Amino acid sequence: MKLITLLVVIAGVIALAQLAKVGQLTALIRNKKEEDISEADSRLNGSLFVVFMVLFYASFVWLLVRYGDYAPPSASAHGEAVDTLMSFNMYIITAVFFLVNTALFLFANKYRYEKGRKAKFFAHDNRLELVWTVIPSIVLAVIIIYGLRTWNDMTGAPAEDALRVEVYSKQFDWTARYPGADGEFGLANYNLITPTNPLGIVTADGVEEALEEIEVQIAKIESELSHERGRMLAEIEEIQAVLHHNHHAGHGHAEDHGHGDHGMSEERTALLEARLHELEHMLESDDVVILSEAAFEAKEDKLHRLKRHRQRIMEVKPFDFDGGLSAWEAGMDDKIMKGEFHLPVGREVEFVFRSRDVIHSAYMPHFRAQMNTVPGVPTRFKMTPTITTDSMRTILNNPDFDYILLCNKVCGAAHFNMQMKVVVESEEEYNAWLESQEEFLAEKPNMVNPDARAEVTTNDNEESATL
Amino acid sequence: MAGHAHHEESFISKYIFSQDHKMISKQFLMTAVVMGVIAVMLSVFFRLQLGWPGEGFAILETFLGKWAPGGVLDRNAYLALVTIHGTIMVFFVLTGGLSGTFSNLLIPLQIGARDMASGFLNMLSYWFFAVSSVIMIFSLFVEGGAASGGWTVYPPLSALPQAMPGSGMGMTLWLISMTLFVVSSLLGGLNYIVTVVNLRTKGMSMTRLPLTIWAFLVTAILGVLSFPVLVSAVVLLLMDRSMGTAFYLSDIFIGGEALDVTGGSPILYQHLFWFLGHPEVYIVLLPALGISSEVIATNSRKPIFGYKAMVGSILGIGFLSFIVWGHHMFVTGMNPFLGSVFVFTTLLIAIPSAVKAFNYITTLWQGNLRFTPAMLFSIGLVSTFVTGGLTGIILADSALDVNVHDTYFVVAHFHIVMGMSAIFGMLAGVYHWYPKMFGRMMNTKLGYAHFWITLVCGYGVFFPMHFVGMAGAPRRYYDYSAFEYLDFVMDLQPIISTFAIVGALGQLPFLFNFFYSIFRGQVATENPWKSNTLEWTTPVKHMHGNWPGALPEVHRWAYDYSNPDFEDDFVPQTVPVKAGESAH
Ligand code: HEM
Ligand SMILES: [Cu+2]
Ligand SMILES: [Cu+2]
Repeated sequence: MKLITLLVVIAGVIALAQLAKVGQLTALIRNKKEEDISEADSRLNGSLFVVFMVLFYASFVWLLVRYGDYAPPSASAHGEAVDTLMSFNMYIITAVFFLVNTALFLFANKYRYEKGRKAKFFAHDNRLELVWTVIPSIVLAVIIIYGLRTWNDMTGAPAEDALRVEVYSKQFDWTARYPGADGEFGLANYNLITPTNPLGIVTADGVEEALEEIEVQIAKIESELSHERGRMLAEIEEIQAVLHHNHHAGHGHAEDHGHGDHGMSEERTALLEARLHELEHMLESDDVVILSEAAFEAKEDKLHRLKRHRQRIMEVKPFDFDGGLSAWEAGMDDKIMKGEFHLPVGREVEFVFRSRDVIHSAYMPHFRAQMNTVPGVPTRFKMTPTITTDSMRTILNNPDFDYILLCNKVCGAAHFNMQMKVVVESEEEYNAWLESQEEFLAEKPNMVNPDARAEVTTNDNEESATL
Repeated sequence: MAGHAHHEESFISKYIFSQDHKMISKQFLMTAVVMGVIAVMLSVFFRLQLGWPGEGFAILETFLGKWAPGGVLDRNAYLALVTIHGTIMVFFVLTGGLSGTFSNLLIPLQIGARDMASGFLNMLSYWFFAVSSVIMIFSLFVEGGAASGGWTVYPPLSALPQAMPGSGMGMTLWLISMTLFVVSSLLGGLNYIVTVVNLRTKGMSMTRLPLTIWAFLVTAILGVLSFPVLVSAVVLLLMDRSMGTAFYLSDIFIGGEALDVTGGSPILYQHLFWFLGHPEVYIVLLPALGISSEVIATNSRKPIFGYKAMVGSILGIGFLSFIVWGHHMFVTGMNPFLGSVFVFTTLLIAIPSAVKAFNYITTLWQGNLRFTPAMLFSIGLVSTFVTGGLTGIILADSALDVNVHDTYFVVAHFHIVMGMSAIFGMLAGVYHWYPKMFGRMMNTKLGYAHFWITLVCGYGVFFPMHFVGMAGAPRRYYDYSAFEYLDFVMDLQPIISTFAIVGALGQLPFLFNFFYSIFRGQVATENPWKSNTLEWTTPVKHMHGNWPGALPEVHRWAYDYSNPDFEDDFVPQTVPVKAGESAH
C-alpha cells in the first residue's frame, strides 16, 4: 500500500516535470516567454472568472435553499429580536457580496489583456472616493445603532420577579441549582466541594464534614509517611548509631573528659530506645508501606496541600453575613439538578454561571443564548423562553425534540459531548416538577464516607484516561 | 556601505548564517513553505475525522501511530492537531513567513537601500524563527502530545496539566516556542521600521513609497507595539504553570482537589492575548494587501486607484486594530457597555476596508489586465477579502455574536480572510517576485492550475461553513453526532472534507513548480513584468549591496502605468520628470 502511494507520487512528479518541460520547449520554439500571456490564456482565465462566478453564485443559492433556514424558530423573546437583526444584516451583506464580487469578476473578464490597448490613466477621483467612504459609513451607522439597541435590551437589568437559576460547569457535565423556598442561593465555596456536595454549598454541617474528611485524609497520609519502610530502617540505623556512639563515649573515654559532653542524658537515651522499639514494632505491623523517593515526596507535597486546604476551610467557618438570613441556612433548601433542568414558559429567567475547573461556555442554540462560565468570576445572562418543549415538538414535527445546553468553549477531551437537557413547560408543570425535587440537605447523608472521594477521583482519572 | 570586496564566501556564510537580506528572505520563505505543508497535512488529518467521523483511515495510522489507533483519530490528538495547525498557520506561515520573506526582500530593494539597517539582527531574527519553528514541530512528539487548548491557549485549560494531556510538556514547549517567535518578530520589526525610516534613497519621499512598503511599515509597527503584550501574557502563564502564582487562576477544583489559588482572573489573559491577537490578524493581512496593491497595479497597467486613500486606510486600519480586541470577548461576562464600545470601534474598521476593496476594483476598471498567476491570486484576494470582511460585520455586532460566537461561522469568517485572502497575497508575492528571488521564472500554466484549484477548493471548504455555523455547530468539536439538531447540516461535512483534500493536493503543482523552477525555470530578465519599482533595476544575479554602481535616484511615484505623457505603458521610478509632465 505504502509502496503504491510512493510510486504514484513519484509518477506524478515525473509527469509534472515532463509537462513543464514540454511546455517550455514549445514556448521556446514559439519564442514565447513565461511573462508573455498569450491571447488564448487571457481569454481562458477571463472566461473562467465568469464561469466561476456563476457556479459560485449557484452553489450559494443551493446552500441558501437547502440550509438557509438555518435554525429552528427562536424559542426565546430576545432570540426573535436577534433573528430579525440577523436577517437585516444578512440582507445587507449579501447584497454587497453580490454587488462587489460581480463587479470584480466581470471587470476581470472585460478588461483582460489586449495587445496594443492602453489602459486608462485614472489615478484618483476625490468625489468617487468620498462616495464610497460616506455610503458605507451611513450603512454602518444604521447597523451599529440597530445592533446596539438589541444589545441593550438583551443585557439590561433582569426583572424583579425573574426566576434565578445557577448553571454550574465542570469537565465534562453541567449542574443546575434552584434557590429553593427561601428564594436565596446558599453561599458556595470551592473548598467545600465533596462527592456529596458537588457545588460546594456552605452549610454548618458541610464545613464540619469537609474538615472531618480532610482530617481523615491527613491522618491517612501521615500514617503512610511514618510507616514508610525505607525511612523507618534509616531512622533505626541512625538511632542505633547514636546509641552505639553514646555507649562508647560513655564507657571508653568518659573519665578523660570529665562529665563529657558526649554522653547523653539518661532521659534522652530512654526516649531514643523507646522510639527504637516503636519503630521495630511498626515495622512488623500491616501498615508498612514502601515508597520510592519521588512517591514519598509527592505524598509529603499532598500532605502540605491538604493542610493548606484545611486552613482555607477554617477561614470559611467564622463567615457570616448580615441581613436576616444566615448564609449557613440559605443553601439547605437549594435544589440541585443533574441531566436536565426545567424552565417555566413566558417567565424571565436570570442565569448565574459558575465554573469549577476551566472556562466552559453555556450555549443554548435554540434560545440564541450564550455566556462563558469562568472559574472564580460568576457571569450572568437573562432570557425569557417563549415556546414549550411540547409546542416545539409540534412545530418541528419531531416527537423526540429537546432543547439543550451545550459547551461551546474548548475544555478538554470530552468537550464535544458536554450537554444537558432543558425542558420548557407551563408554569404549573414547572411548579409541580420543582416541588418533586429534593432539597440539598434532604438527600445529604450524615456520614461522610472517606472512600467516596477516592472513588470519584479514580472515576475522573479513568474518564480522562479513556478519553 | 560602498566597497563590497569580499566576493569569496564560504557555503556557511552564504547560505546559512547569511546577513544578506535577499538570502534571509529566501530562508524565511523556505521555512514557511515547509511549515505550511505540515499545517496543511494536519488539517487534512482532522478533516478526515470531521468528514467521516469514526471511520478508520490507514493513512492516519501511518502518520500518527498511537494517536490514531485503527486509523481513527484520538480525541485528544484531534484537539492537538487543530491547535498546532492554527498556531503554525497564523504565526509561522502568515506572520513569520509572510513578513519575513517579503519585508526582507522588498524593503531594501524598493526603497533603494544596500541592505537592512542591521544585517546581524536580521540574521538573528531568522534564527530565532527557525529555532521556534523546530520547537513547535517537536512539541507534536512529546509525552501527552502538543498543546491542545486552541491557538489562543486560554487558561485555566492551558495552565493546568491536570485539565488535559496537551497542557503538560506540549504546552510548555508551545510557550517557549512562542516566546522565541516573538523575539524574532521584534528583531525583524525594529529592523524594518528603522530601514524604511532611515535608508530611503534620494528622492524616495514617504509619499512616493510603493504601497507594499507602506503596508510592511505599518505591519512592523503593529508588531512592535503588540507582541510585547503577548510575551507578558505568555510569561505570566508560564509562572502560573510552574511557579505557583495565580495571575489567571482562582477558585479551581480539579482532579479531585481544590487548588490553592485565589484572586486571579482567566479573563485577564484574554485581554492581554487579544490586545496582540487582533492587531495580529492585520499583521497577517496588511502585507498581503500591500503585495496585491503592487501586483494589481502592475498587471492592470494602471496606477493604483486612490494612492492617498490606500495609505490612509492602511494607517486607519492599523490604528483602529488596537482598540477593537474586546470583540473576541463579548460573551465572557464583559460589561455590556464596554461591549457596545467595542462594537462601535470594530465596525469602524469596515470603512477603511471598504475603501480598499472599492479602490482595487476601480483599479481593474478600464485596465489592460495581464493574467499572470500573481494577478489571478490578487484578484482572488479581493474577492475573499470582501466575502470574509462582510461576515465580520455580523461577528462585530455583539447581539449577533452571542449566537454565533465560537461556532463554525467564525471559522468560516477568519479562514476566508486569513486562510484565503492572506495566503493568496502570499502566493501572489511568490509568483510575482520569484524572478527577483531565484533569477528564474515559474511555469505559468502550472500557476493557472494552482490558482483555479485553490480558489474553487478554498471557497468550497470555507463558504459552506457559514451554514454549519448558523445552524449552531460549535467549533473545536471532535464529533457532532451527539446533537440531533445538527444532523441536517452534517451532510455538508464530507463535501467540505473532499474539497479540503482536493485543495491540499492542488498545492502539489505549486510545490513542484516552486522547487523545479529554482533549477530549471526559464531564466529571468531584469524586469519581466515591466514594473516601475526599484527592485527591477537590480541585476538578475544577486549581489551584496544590490546595485553595482551608485544607488538609484527616484523621481516619481511607483504607479506611472499607462501615463499618457509617455510612449511605454510603464515609467520606472528612476525616470526623471519631463518638462510639461503633470507629475505625481
Ligand atoms: C480583514 C482581515 C481580518 C482577519 C485576518 C480576521 C481574523 C479573525 C480571526 C482569526 C478570528 C478568530 C477568532 C477566534 O478564534 O475566536 C476573527 C474573529 C472575529 N473577527 Fe475578524 N478578521 C478580519 C476582519 C474582520 C472584520 C472586517 C471584522 C469586522 C467588521 C472582524 C470582526 C471579527 C470579530 C468580531 C471576531 C470575533 C468573533 C467571535 O469570536 O465570535 N474581522 N477574525
Ligand atoms: Cu466544557
Ligand atoms: Cu479581532
